[in-house]
Amino acid sequence: MSGFGRLVRAEWTKFRTVRGWVLGLVAAAALTAGLGLQTAAGSHSSCGAGTVEVACPSAPVGPGGEAVTDAFSFVHQRLDGDGAITARVASVTGRIRKPDVRPGVTNLVSGVVPWAKAGVMVKDGTKEGAAYAAVMVTGAHGVRMQHNFTGDTGGTTASAPAWLRLVRSGDKLIGYESADGRTWAEVGTATLAGLPDSVRIGLFVASPGDLTFSQDALGGVVSAQRFTEATAVFEEISVLGAAAGDAWRYDDIGVTMGPDGKPHHPGGHVRRGDTFTVTGVGDIAPVGDEGGMRIEQTLTGLFTALIVVVVVAVMFITAEYRRGLIRTTLTASPRRGRVLAAKAVVAGAVTFVTGLVAAGITVPLGRRILEANGNRVLPVSTLTEMRVVAGSAALLALTAVLALALGALLRRGVVAVTVAVAVTVLPYFLATVSVLPLEPARWLLRLTPSAGFAIQQTLVEYPQVAAHYTPVLGYYPLPPWGGLAVSAAYAALALGLAVVKLRGRDA
Amino acid sequence: MEATIEVAGLRKRFGGVLALDGMSFTVTPGRVTGFVGPNGAGKSTTMRVVLGLDAADEGTALVGGRPYRSLRTPLAHVGALLDAAALQPSRTARNHLLWLAHSQGLPGRRVDEVLELAGLASVARRRAGGFSLGMRQRLGIAAALLGDPPVLMLDEPFNGLDPEGIVWIRGFLRSLAEEGRAVLVSSHLMSELEDTAGHLVVVGRGRVVADTSVADLIAAASGGLVTLRTRARSEAMETLARAGATVSATGRDTLTVGGLAAERVVELLGRDGVPFAEVGAHRATLEEAYMDLTRDAVEFRGVAR
Repeated sequence: MSGFGRLVRAEWTKFRTVRGWVLGLVAAAALTAGLGLQTAAGSHSSCGAGTVEVACPSAPVGPGGEAVTDAFSFVHQRLDGDGAITARVASVTGRIRKPDVRPGVTNLVSGVVPWAKAGVMVKDGTKEGAAYAAVMVTGAHGVRMQHNFTGDTGGTTASAPAWLRLVRSGDKLIGYESADGRTWAEVGTATLAGLPDSVRIGLFVASPGDLTFSQDALGGVVSAQRFTEATAVFEEISVLGAAAGDAWRYDDIGVTMGPDGKPHHPGGHVRRGDTFTVTGVGDIAPVGDEGGMRIEQTLTGLFTALIVVVVVAVMFITAEYRRGLIRTTLTASPRRGRVLAAKAVVAGAVTFVTGLVAAGITVPLGRRILEANGNRVLPVSTLTEMRVVAGSAALLALTAVLALALGALLRRGVVAVTVAVAVTVLPYFLATVSVLPLEPARWLLRLTPSAGFAIQQTLVEYPQVAAHYTPVLGYYPLPPWGGLAVSAAYAALALGLAVVKLRGRDA
Repeated sequence: MEATIEVAGLRKRFGGVLALDGMSFTVTPGRVTGFVGPNGAGKSTTMRVVLGLDAADEGTALVGGRPYRSLRTPLAHVGALLDAAALQPSRTARNHLLWLAHSQGLPGRRVDEVLELAGLASVARRRAGGFSLGMRQRLGIAAALLGDPPVLMLDEPFNGLDPEGIVWIRGFLRSLAEEGRAVLVSSHLMSELEDTAGHLVVVGRGRVVADTSVADLIAAASGGLVTLRTRARSEAMETLARAGATVSATGRDTLTVGGLAAERVVELLGRDGVPFAEVGAHRATLEEAYMDLTRDAVEFRGVAR
């Protein structure tokens, strides 16, 4: 065995022969699983249908597997094979509900929200979540081509009036825009894999809720989303290749049903000659938090494991200073940097395994319990779920290495534990419990070792979806691996400083 | 490798205190070398420098001709006991030795062997935190023997031991030296090393004041003195003092005479008709010799109680 391998084995023997440390890690895993599963078991959801409680319908899922909202007004007809639709969006107007000025009196004002959408669409049927591609005019983001909920390309026209055209060729769709209906420019193309021969083609309008933020008394941010609707006037409509003799149909796709069984905030359409006036409510977009629970919410107990791991990792080194055992260790291995490196390998490995077991049980089991209790859980790919589990374990391991290094630098157990918790767990807390304004909260999650919590994020931020992208709701300012890299950099830096200090001093 | 410890010209300052001031000596195999001096003389610091734990400001310390920090499996070269209390209390005796063994690539079998050697086999699976100081010293010695090293270095191994334990360690150290090992044992009490050490390195104030065999040291300390037993103490003192001798009363009827040979003492006493029972050459005890040597080196001398 190499010299370093012997050291790692010696440090592993040291670790496993102190019962308190081993029990500490078992407790860390048990706390994570226990808190996660208990919270899952205590969460129940059900929906009302009239006076009866029923299981909630599952959230629609887009072709990419993500949870989506798919609610809009759709005036459409059948298209078999290749074809195209052209229309002029003459105007887009709308209404936005603002906070009530006088209690009980609905405060509706005129206006169009930035991501209100009006345009032409090809969709694989009228089922929520079905594949689609569309060219549209938006409230404030100009003409865009979007497809399958996540795809988005910007055009050049700023606002209505605008000419739009969508051409279907097999499973390929090409969007065009024009200011005058004569010269056309391509906005974008989309390939809808597996698009059947027969699809629906037509006009659509959607208007997502109005998102507002306000400061709460504690310093956090409160977001509110209120009802809006948009109304668009379509002219000069022509459809090429539509099934002969097929009439226009109207569907209020994804409309919410009220307790009385009637649509709540219905859309609508009016036809006057060749002009259609369509009113829509809702959005065609991926959903975050409001679509269901996130799998990483089963890991809220991880912070307790982090605290336990910090204590164990600090003691792994400070106990040696306290007893003078460090001299025995350095006598057995005069190469001091290697001693700390071996300790870091052992502390990192045992906590990684602990985290892997804890998260590996908690996440899949917690999700099943949540679903069994009628809760919506946002769907994620297996790869993402594995990233959350392994990433949480890695975060635990990096925290252990950082705590070990702080223990070596500070040499006093209580001081090192305090500092380690203050830099690893505390910023995460401050940033995610809504006591800080948004920007300071984000900076904490960029600059402190808590940045690594980003590895748990399963939600995706979309520039074309207005949402409250805050740490409180599970959106971190750094990408998952980027956040973990920040935590890793802190651990490496602290370990490096500890090695320098250990080398330069009498033991 | 050679079984030696070579220390040359070590100097080390802790803040304003000069802990080592040119410490130089060599420990050779086959005998127990006592490393004695008052508290604060620099014994422990020297040992820490030899083990690479402390860095000296000047000078070199070699084990078997090599600096300690260059050794890859150091416990196979030097076995050291610095502080018997340096243990994780919740770890068992066997597990304490086991991690040390693993750090040197030694098998668990070797751990059981040294536990047996140190007489700890029956308590091997007990937590070290519950050990008496004597058991901890034995565990420390077991750890020192783990790599079967040719050089052993023990700092105050007699501290806190009961008489039985002291006898055990003395015999054990002698047998280790007889196997051809170099054994360096520090103590601040010369009496602990009597009958154990064949050679002595006496230190005070960070430097060596004597590096000698035990026999030579006692002879030197006894040098030229005559012991006289007589009932007529005052007459004898008067006679001998008149002849230029330094005389001191060391017992009720005993005088120690310096500056005169034994034959001359007999002649003088006979001439003046002073009765005496016995005249002989004086033999100092090791303790006396040590006190002589370190009188100037004791930094914190006790004031008469």
